[in-house]
Amino acid sequence: MSIDKKRAVTAWCFISVPIVYFILVRFYPTLDAFSISLTDWNIVGKKTYIGFDNFVRLWHDPVFWQVLGNTFEYLLLGVPISLILSFIVAHSLDQIRFGHGVLRACYFIPFLTTAVAMAWVWRWFYQPVPVGMINLALGQMGIKQLDFLRSTTEALPAVLAPAIWAGLGFQIVIFMAGLRAIPQSYYEAAKIDGASGFRILREITLPQLRPTIVFLTVISSIGFLRIFDQVYNMTQEGEGGPLNATRPLVLHIYKAAFERFEMGMAAAQTVVLFTILLIITIIQLRVLKNG
Amino acid sequence: MAEIKAPIRPGKIIIWCLLFIGAVIMMTPIIFMFSASFKYNDEIYELALISSEPTLSNYIYLFENTEFLLWFKNSILVALASTVSVLFFDSLVGYTLAKFRFRGRKLVFIAILSTLMIPTEMLVIPWYILARDFGLLDSYIGLIFPGIMTGLGVFLMKQFFESVPDDYLDAARIDGLSEFRIFTQIAMPLVAPALSALAIFTFLGNWTAFLWPLIVTSSAELFTIPVGLSSFSGEFQSEWEMIMTGAAVATLPTLLVFLFLQRYIIRGVILGGLKG
Amino acid sequence: MLPIAAVAHAVEIDYWQYSYKSRVDAMDRLIAAFEAENPDIKVHQTTFPYAQYRTKVAAAVSAGEGPDVVQLYYGWLDDYLNAGILKPLSEENFPAAEIEKDFFPIVHNMKADGQYFALPTAVRSLGLFWNKKLFREAGLDPDIPPKTLDELADFAKKLTKHDRAGNIIQVGITIGPIDQDHNWWREVLVRQFGGTPYNADNTKVTYDDEAGIQAFDYYAGLVTDHKVSVVDFMDKGEIAFKAGRAAIHIDGSFALSTFDRARRLDYGVAELPTYDGIKSNFASYWVNGITSKATGEKREAAEKFLKFITSEKAMQLWLDQVGELPARRAVANRPENRDNPKFGPFIRGLDYAHSTKFYSEAEQRRTVVDMLDRVVLNGMSVARSLRIAAEEDQAIIDKARMK
Repeated sequence: MSIDKKRAVTAWCFISVPIVYFILVRFYPTLDAFSISLTDWNIVGKKTYIGFDNFVRLWHDPVFWQVLGNTFEYLLLGVPISLILSFIVAHSLDQIRFGHGVLRACYFIPFLTTAVAMAWVWRWFYQPVPVGMINLALGQMGIKQLDFLRSTTEALPAVLAPAIWAGLGFQIVIFMAGLRAIPQSYYEAAKIDGASGFRILREITLPQLRPTIVFLTVISSIGFLRIFDQVYNMTQEGEGGPLNATRPLVLHIYKAAFERFEMGMAAAQTVVLFTILLIITIIQLRVLKNG
Repeated sequence: MAEIKAPIRPGKIIIWCLLFIGAVIMMTPIIFMFSASFKYNDEIYELALISSEPTLSNYIYLFENTEFLLWFKNSILVALASTVSVLFFDSLVGYTLAKFRFRGRKLVFIAILSTLMIPTEMLVIPWYILARDFGLLDSYIGLIFPGIMTGLGVFLMKQFFESVPDDYLDAARIDGLSEFRIFTQIAMPLVAPALSALAIFTFLGNWTAFLWPLIVTSSAELFTIPVGLSSFSGEFQSEWEMIMTGAAVATLPTLLVFLFLQRYIIRGVILGGLKG
Repeated sequence: MLPIAAVAHAVEIDYWQYSYKSRVDAMDRLIAAFEAENPDIKVHQTTFPYAQYRTKVAAAVSAGEGPDVVQLYYGWLDDYLNAGILKPLSEENFPAAEIEKDFFPIVHNMKADGQYFALPTAVRSLGLFWNKKLFREAGLDPDIPPKTLDELADFAKKLTKHDRAGNIIQVGITIGPIDQDHNWWREVLVRQFGGTPYNADNTKVTYDDEAGIQAFDYYAGLVTDHKVSVVDFMDKGEIAFKAGRAAIHIDGSFALSTFDRARRLDYGVAELPTYDGIKSNFASYWVNGITSKATGEKREAAEKFLKFITSEKAMQLWLDQVGELPARRAVANRPENRDNPKFGPFIRGLDYAHSTKFYSEAEQRRTVVDMLDRVVLNGMSVARSLRIAAEEDQAIIDKARMK
């Protein structure tokens, strides 16, 4: 056997067990979910095949479109803000020595917290006076009160903030791992050449970080498109209100499945979500790899 | 990071100050979580960090009147088992996808990546039926099986393995090492930062997982921490001071895992002169 | 765990309810008493955290697992019937005529197609809670609560406090449709202004009329006109009330135990205010039903158990231990219960209470939440928002009835 063939065989040997696992635990249930989207099923009764009816109903449902809009808003706000912030922090942390460990821990600890607990704290922060910290501070500075979670326009960014806050640690650590993987020799060579900080950043650091940036963009996008915990725990009865202002797709799916037992509809929405995620990921992988 | 000796530039001080302010902002919600855990229920909305009557009663109640230690044990078991498994399998697959050429490679990668796009909420019902058919309901294996390999880990490790120079691996092949040993003894150490990161995230993801552990367990003996904490939420009100207390205690192991592993991320990789 | 002794064959049945300590403990006692009287039946109780109780039941039932006797909120009956989870109670053990004579009429909602599907051990109703200290501070008699809706608005105005910038820091009355207010609106306010929420067979929304507009105008007016409240102040009314930042709060009898535990709260409880001489109340309850999984001898055992836990003895124990009101009139009207200072107002409220026949409680509640939000957040007119809510509600009903 040629070396290439031998390598290929080794490769398949290595991934055989994992592939079986993924098929059994991820793909089969996914395909099952897809097939349920073509039915009307309430968990206990029979599954009645209804073709694309669920999808047609979704198309005509204004709430569904609002939910889609919200989901994209989470993505378009969340990804750039979190990536830029986390890069700045990772890069800055890399440059300081004094108290480095403690500062780094401070940025990471939020990632370790339970969503339920943090949702309560943030919700509390957003309250109006006399108990809400942010509004108290605003009041002290003579600025008008903000409604935050009680406003149809401010609620979504208000719910997004703790999601960004909690996820920063993840992104910072990945960025730091990526930064650490850049060989020192590159920087030394650049310093000898007398390159400025910005040039180093643009011509060495960022290009070298490409795999890391690709990874984080894709993962964060998927994460924000799938946002759930914060919305569920920060809105009244987890409804994604007020007036559906904060309701994302995964919450919509969850409510359909576990509150109304409309498994067909929930599955149909899952298909939509999956398609969106797949398309966006493929686009991102293409653009970021070749750009 | 090996640093050339240089005087402290003013730019560095500004960076430091900004980082410090950022760190305080980051920690504020957590500080308030801890602060609430020392308050009585009717005082938890008071803004004073230390209330007029701070109390340990929540902690005492948590350890004496609930099964918290049991939940803790279960969470540790599940998180550790999943982490070890993920570290091994995800790396194996990521390595193979990064360093081997074979037909179907791209497809396998996209397929595995696509598993990230299905929300758990949709998978839990088929998983439940799967678990029931294999007799795994209400068992540790039932708790663990959905998490022993992840698309996220495969993706991460693939990205990092891609930066490992092929020359290293070829040199080892010439030396006669088996492919598997090349993987474990040459390649893995080179991606230690990524492994550490993956370990932290996997541990954490399993530590805070709620929906599946809730569904697959029936006996209170198998509750993990998030499931246990949800018992403080009733029909009309939640005992937030207890949830804060439980969450505060639950943060500690993850903190320890992080503190222990972060050194490996930071230590970085010294590649010598091979690259560049 | 089969006993080794004389009983050759014990039937084991599973009972599920959500975890609420006093209820679980009370149920444990009832189970022990039941097993003593019925040595050939063993009851195994499993509980789950409330937050995901429904998820557990759904997942279990979908896989053909689950309990023989299941607890559910009365408002979920339709969902459970549609999902085929419950079987009707046998006429032999649970004669409809008897149920209708002995239980409060609100239990009628548990009837579908002429058969009863579940019964409650206990019920809850609404009452008006007030903070005596805040009343005193506002110059009001701390022992006299408002008795009419007009007095309510009046008192609330005196009880609202502002900071220097004009922000409300203490609400006169809590407003939160997501809590009990939606029930107060539907079954009390609408009726007090001369309307009815639904028609006789519960198929049509009937609050979209002049009476409904006036009722909603009163409710929303507390926020927009009288400015005695903020919607969801401090997140939930009971939190604000517990913290002493709300003077009046309308809530269910289940709130009594929470407020008792609040250390510095000096509160009173009274029947809901009247309007135009009309009294009304809303009662809700958790019921226990028998699942489709229980067949043959398990079914018999389950029915015996259900009968036991809905007996008079069980209900008195429940009231004493859990603080929930008895579902049987005979027990509720015992003098020591009816005249009790804490439970009394709620028990008396049961006399004229209604229970909404919910088709989908969460969704129908949302229509009220959204109805108020449209007025308060978006400035929509009361009449128009009410119309939209009525349409949404009707759509929910129609969809549910089509199944």
